[in-house]
Amino acid sequence: MDKFVGTDRVKQGMAQMQKGGVIMDVVNAEQAKIAEEAGAVAVMALERVPSDIRAAGGVARMADPRITEEVVNAVSIPVMAKARIGHIVEARVLEAMGVDYIDESEVLTPADEVFHLNKREFTVPFVCGARDLGEASRRIGEGASMIRTKGEPGTGNIVEAVRHMRKMQAQIKQIANMSTDEIMTEAKNIGAPYELLLDIKEKGHLPVVNFAAGGIATPSDAALMMQLGADGVFVGSGIFKSDHPEKFARAIVEATTHFTDYKLIAELSKDLGTAMKGLEISTLAPADRMQERGW
Amino acid sequence: MSTIGVLALQGAVDEHIRMIEKSGANAIAVKRVSQLEEISGLIIPGGESTAVRRLIDKYHFFEPLQAFAQSEKPVFGTCAGLILMGRDHLRLIDMEVERNAFGRQRESFEVKLRVKGVTEEVEAVFIRAPLVRAVGTSVDVLSNYNDETVAVREGNFLACSFHPELTDDLSMHRLFVEMVENACTV
Repeated sequence: MDKFVGTDRVKQGMAQMQKGGVIMDVVNAEQAKIAEEAGAVAVMALERVPSDIRAAGGVARMADPRITEEVVNAVSIPVMAKARIGHIVEARVLEAMGVDYIDESEVLTPADEVFHLNKREFTVPFVCGARDLGEASRRIGEGASMIRTKGEPGTGNIVEAVRHMRKMQAQIKQIANMSTDEIMTEAKNIGAPYELLLDIKEKGHLPVVNFAAGGIATPSDAALMMQLGADGVFVGSGIFKSDHPEKFARAIVEATTHFTDYKLIAELSKDLGTAMKGLEISTLAPADRMQERGW
Repeated sequence: MSTIGVLALQGAVDEHIRMIEKSGANAIAVKRVSQLEEISGLIIPGGESTAVRRLIDKYHFFEPLQAFAQSEKPVFGTCAGLILMGRDHLRLIDMEVERNAFGRQRESFEVKLRVKGVTEEVEAVFIRAPLVRAVGTSVDVLSNYNDETVAVREGNFLACSFHPELTDDLSMHRLFVEMVENACTV
């Protein structure tokens, strides 16, 4: 009975178990417990949520391992953490700490402006952000076991996540309808691995789970992303920047499960208090757009 | 053809639906208590057991699920589903379960296992998997891995620590479909 760790099935399967669920950003053990209690399927341990990263400016790095460790010890659900794009050592450190999933994330300042991590070399699975099918395919080609839309993190504005999810779904449908002799040129045009596009054509969907992230701030936002084809959602600044995080977290979890039950979503959305304030995307200088990070 | 439901509150629902259909039964995703009337067997899929349990309580599934099981309709739980069928939750199988018993995700693995009642070795994917630490006298242990219990059956209830739904190996689902068909004809 030979056992194998870190296989594609084991890494991608972990993300499949998160489907229909909500992954919440937390910055300490107390928030992690609130998230778990509210029904989060995983937590993302961070030093600062994206909206605070935006406000603080400067270089954003992997969180202090003390924070990650505290979160790991506080909950029994899986713990994710972010490493900078291309930062091999940050990713290895998180793996060594027993983090269950690494987000090679544009929310942090990239460490490498040309290359992403070779995620196939790791036993721990990775999630990566993408704006379109080409970007998603390159990340999967590098070994990402889960994809999420980039959206525009820390804005509380859903418009970019919607754009990215719609684009990706439309491109997947195009691929599914193409004849096989058109796939190579499409692979060249969008910068995607050819074999992966063949696989997507056959399956009619990405070979890994595809979550929504970047700007989800209300239960309706979460339900919207599910209707657009997301397998689940990440909520970053939305929960712990709202007036009643506990209530907010529960409402988002339920809206994600019952994303077409509008009466229920109406009930869930009552008296939630103020959601995070949010940012209009056009007010962001190009250099402040986190979604442009990643190659 | 019998119809089998997959509890669709959170987790790997589509994967089980695909496996049921390939094993010769109809499949539906069960999101509401009233749907339990339409099915003759139920799968509780893998997912996060804490999240699923919260939603079971929130949507008043707990008692209807126990009633469904008491009417002798078969139930099959994988991973989180096994946890939920144990003594701490729905109490469908008399077993003590330890969550995340193998460790964290980096310790997750796949292996081929012997399962009682299945001729070929079964492909078993273990993801932050639970273990059965103790069972009552009426529980049949179907499979062991390193002397630990990873699959059990008690009457019409079947549970395993691993995820057959992540493979193309239909043997566990065929076993369950057979249990459902036998229960229907009694």
